[in-house]
Amino acid sequence: MDLSQNLEIATCTDPGMVRSHNEDSIAADAANGLVVLADGMGGYNAGEVASGMATTVIVTEMRQILANSKPYDVDTGSSEEIAARLVRDQVLKANSSIYQAAQSQAQYAGMGTTLVVCLFYDNRMLVAHLGDSRLYMLRDGEFSQVTRDHSLLQEQIDSGIITPEQAKKAQHKNLVTKALGIDPTVEPEIHEYPTRSGDIYLLCSDGLCDMVEDEDIAMTLQTLGKGNLKLAAQHLVQMANDNGGRDNVSVILVRVLREYPGRRGVMGKVFGWLK
Amino acid sequence: MAKLILSMDGLVLKEIPLTKERTTIGRKPHNDIQIDNLAVSGEHAVIVTILNDSFLEDLGSTNGTVVNGNPVKKHFLQNNDVVELGKYKLKFVGDAAPTASGEKADFEKTMVLRPSQMKAAADQAKAATGSVLGGAQAAVAQRAAAVQQVAATATAAGIADKDAVTKPPSAPAAGAPAAAPAAPAKAPAAAPAGATASTPAAAPAAKPGQPLGAIQLLSGANAGKELELTKPLTTLGKPGVQVAVLTRRPAGYFITHVEGANRPTVNGQSIGAAPHSLKDHDVIELAGVKMEFFLKA
Repeated sequence: MDLSQNLEIATCTDPGMVRSHNEDSIAADAANGLVVLADGMGGYNAGEVASGMATTVIVTEMRQILANSKPYDVDTGSSEEIAARLVRDQVLKANSSIYQAAQSQAQYAGMGTTLVVCLFYDNRMLVAHLGDSRLYMLRDGEFSQVTRDHSLLQEQIDSGIITPEQAKKAQHKNLVTKALGIDPTVEPEIHEYPTRSGDIYLLCSDGLCDMVEDEDIAMTLQTLGKGNLKLAAQHLVQMANDNGGRDNVSVILVRVLREYPGRRGVMGKVFGWLK
Repeated sequence: MAKLILSMDGLVLKEIPLTKERTTIGRKPHNDIQIDNLAVSGEHAVIVTILNDSFLEDLGSTNGTVVNGNPVKKHFLQNNDVVELGKYKLKFVGDAAPTASGEKADFEKTMVLRPSQMKAAADQAKAATGSVLGGAQAAVAQRAAAVQQVAATATAAGIADKDAVTKPPSAPAAGAPAAAPAAPAKAPAAAPAGATASTPAAAPAAKPGQPLGAIQLLSGANAGKELELTKPLTTLGKPGVQVAVLTRRPAGYFITHVEGANRPTVNGQSIGAAPHSLKDHDVIELAGVKMEFFLKA
């Protein structure tokens, strides 16, 4: 099923005002309802290599698989939907590709990347993430953060050592506790959420949420999201740069134009059985 | 990397990254920054850059070197310092934001703590406390120590832009039984001292000193009505027909086309797809309504 009529996707990525190169990598495939954002880390060009590998591997592999099956297909063995396993498998595949490259080539040693992957299907979305790149949601004027960072700061907030207000000013913002490509294996955090027509989803690297206040992000999505999603994406990046742009900034915006039910109706199912 | 922005009469001429240890400024062509103006001496000044620090030194120039309005012989350049040489201005834009301790380090870059560092630090923490803490508490304490140590090492070694990954405390390397990250820790000592120190966070979108803009409608049913542009974003027009957004940015106000077949005009000229900078008393026409943009004192 081609979702490009149901989802509007706009992307924008920029090196920012300070850094000379962009270690973020983004990919979007509207037809398959797949968006991927990665924020690479590692010296020299290794960060770009890691994030680029992550987005390429995941999008290419998913595209191949989705050409022959649907995310809501049920696995005969486990009688569970295959979506979560599909996404997890591709994340692991990307992980081992990056890890092996880092092991075999000295200039890539220690490279890794954060990751947010969203797969939209059947009026739902599956979200997998690692590290401190985030997914936000704007629904009915309400702006909220969907993912929880895998970062030291988030753990400190969770354990009550510091408050979210203190966290905004903290020094070790940049220490992530999970990342892709650092270890031979990794366990991405995966959740499923129902989507609604009119929702706007924002995937972003920390270059956005560190530089721009949540309410300014929300206001941008609210005022521009409906009329011109591309402009909204560009404006978010612009705001991060106006505020100093100390890191690479990447955003992916996904707006749900209309519902996209996966399975056919009851009659369709009956026909399906009869076949 | 720190850089200089060369300008004259408010016009930016070029940006010069400070890549070399010595960056010379003068009228003669062999200088790294040549300023061909008689008010500038042949060898006027030099900027010495060591790691993240840059020092400006006047080389006995005829007309002297002025930083932020004060004549200087030697000066430790700070972010946004303005060096004046005759009619020319050189703005110094520093590297990362200075940290609480006064040193400049790249704390924006994402890092991960390596398991080996984690273990070493954990062992140290154990040895230091000399007591056996309960599972979760110990993990948090060790964790905090590890982070502190890695951050300190990175800063001390001047490899702040190198990357390192944190391991979850549940990793075998932490030497503690699997502890849920969410477990409430009752050990206040576990809080890294650095965590509460402040680094400049996201700057407010509009600076207080910025002049406030407003628009006044010149035609239509609400002619004469005035609208102050206090928000970072203000949309104008009719949704579905023609909409534009006025954005308030540090560099001033901009108008951008949002939707509709026709683009708004500014002083009779249709604007492009890119944000268009608004000047005092520009006349905007949008969805058949004329309005004037002006800056309030």
